[in-house]
Amino acid sequence: MVKVQSIPSPAIHADERSQEADHPSSRVAQFGADQPLRLDCGIDLVPFQIAYQTYGELNAERSNAILVCHALTGDQHVFNMHPVTGKPGWWETMVGPGRPLDTDRYFIISSNVIGGCMGSTGPASTNPATGKPWGLDFPIVTIPDMVRAQAMLLDRLGIETLFSVVGGSMGGMQALQWTAAFPERVFSTLAIACSTRHSAQNIAFHELGRQAVMADPEWKNGRYFENGTHPHRGLGVARMAAHITYLSDAALHRKFGRRMQDRELPTFSFDADFQVESYLRYQGSSFVERFDANSYLYLTRAMDYFDIAADHEGVLARAFRGIKTRFCVVSFTSDWLFPTSESRALVHALNASSARVSFAEIETDRGHDAFLLDVPEFFDISRAFLQSAAKARGLSGDGA
Amino acid sequence: MTLQQQALPLSPAAKHDGSATHRGDYLLVAGMVAPGSKVLDVGCGDGDLLQLLESRGIDGRGIELSREGVNRCVAKGLAVVQGDADTDLGNYPDDAFDYVILSQTLQATRQPKAVLENLLRIGSRAIVSFPNFGFWRMRLQLLVGGHMPRTENLPATWYDTPNIHFCTIKDFVQLCDEISVKMERAVALDLYGRPLRLSAPWWFWNMFGEQGVFLLSRAGKAK
Repeated sequence: MVKVQSIPSPAIHADERSQEADHPSSRVAQFGADQPLRLDCGIDLVPFQIAYQTYGELNAERSNAILVCHALTGDQHVFNMHPVTGKPGWWETMVGPGRPLDTDRYFIISSNVIGGCMGSTGPASTNPATGKPWGLDFPIVTIPDMVRAQAMLLDRLGIETLFSVVGGSMGGMQALQWTAAFPERVFSTLAIACSTRHSAQNIAFHELGRQAVMADPEWKNGRYFENGTHPHRGLGVARMAAHITYLSDAALHRKFGRRMQDRELPTFSFDADFQVESYLRYQGSSFVERFDANSYLYLTRAMDYFDIAADHEGVLARAFRGIKTRFCVVSFTSDWLFPTSESRALVHALNASSARVSFAEIETDRGHDAFLLDVPEFFDISRAFLQSAAKARGLSGDGA
Repeated sequence: MTLQQQALPLSPAAKHDGSATHRGDYLLVAGMVAPGSKVLDVGCGDGDLLQLLESRGIDGRGIELSREGVNRCVAKGLAVVQGDADTDLGNYPDDAFDYVILSQTLQATRQPKAVLENLLRIGSRAIVSFPNFGFWRMRLQLLVGGHMPRTENLPATWYDTPNIHFCTIKDFVQLCDEISVKMERAVALDLYGRPLRLSAPWWFWNMFGEQGVFLLSRAGKAK
């Protein structure tokens, strides 16, 4: 028989992950029966919790807060070691002392989204009604739901107005939703590699990922925790497919080409002969160590439903009418998941609303993932945008 | 290279101006803008004029064709978007700005007339500057040299110039009349960016003005 090799079982035990879902290694804001989260699907989520991190100091005027919104598989651990993987924070290139999101100057808040699996209430959390994980009993959440939850967190923290809301990809969707839903609470918005609505192609890729998870017999209709199984193969395949969409043909060619993995000749098997296969398998297997399969279903769904214009009679410009928020929109030339054309449509709508908007397209072959990587021009633009907004906001230049 | 750099490189005279590093025509244009107003600079290049305007407390926005120019502007903290004067002005609503500036860009647009009409739809006033093709040195090169004129400020050859719609000051005045645009102020600058005498007749401006700078408003609707 020809040799095969599939995604290995995760080394980190399911208990450790579910531990993080209920009792995260970060700050937690609890919301009780008196503070339900009104979801778009019509259900009140109650009680619920939001896991979050903060970096830097809030100034006396409470005017230097920046909310960082994470992408699909990100979390609140922006600038600290990840409690499950032990790896650095996911945006340490962008956030930190002297970085564009300067922790010496701004108060950075990042929270795990509702529906996530790193401590904010989601399908991996324990359902108080049953004492078991929510699984598919968890209600469908949307990007506006995530943002409403974040607004409740800011109320709890006593922050009325954000100096800025910043995010890439799904984080950028949240940033735009924040600005459309709470224009008075957002002084500036940095929306990176995102769109005001999820495209048909992107919905299609998400559906592929969800079906891969559901096709795994170990998924067991979302009840894998109780069954002691883990749909790591399905989730791994979903991640592998998604990861291709985060890169570009040019980047894959540059990084891997047709090079072989630790061998000179093909093995005439389904082993990972090519470097690119080995890389994708690594991406798949490391992802299943830290991410909950059901959470992946819910969050991809939330992105699919996202369409700001649909909430404003189909006219995007109406979402931002009369807005005073300063915008910076950034796209990357090789990003085919959220191409520049989507950012340009947003910019046109903002122009039609006479909003103050900067729009830069960064030339890079690194695809959608460029916003997570070391791209100096992107950092320069982000830094300058925030500095110019800080000046307009009257924030002092030499730290809080 | 940005459109604007190709169209009109920094005047050597401006560099000797100890008081400011800004081009003479920028100072003139900025002087036409009332304080506290909202301005759109179409073809804003590296954002030098926008920076000058912002330093005077004016709310400035910009459109620039080249990605490099846009990114340099955004990296200066300016509100600039990538766009094309020919195709993207239509996205702006009526009366969105107090002034719309088209500095040294009109001659590089495909539809100068439509662009001009758009400027005065979006803004209550427009400030347009352009190189004068009727300048005596242009005429001399064509008349005596028999070749397409090239100057220090317009060094590109005929086959690689972005300037596809050159006009003279006289041509521009005629176009303004044709589309019922009111000229509130007109200035012709010499080769060194200095304004010509106000009392000089049009033919003199058209012969000795190296560039024209016009403050325009909608006829009959001027505020």
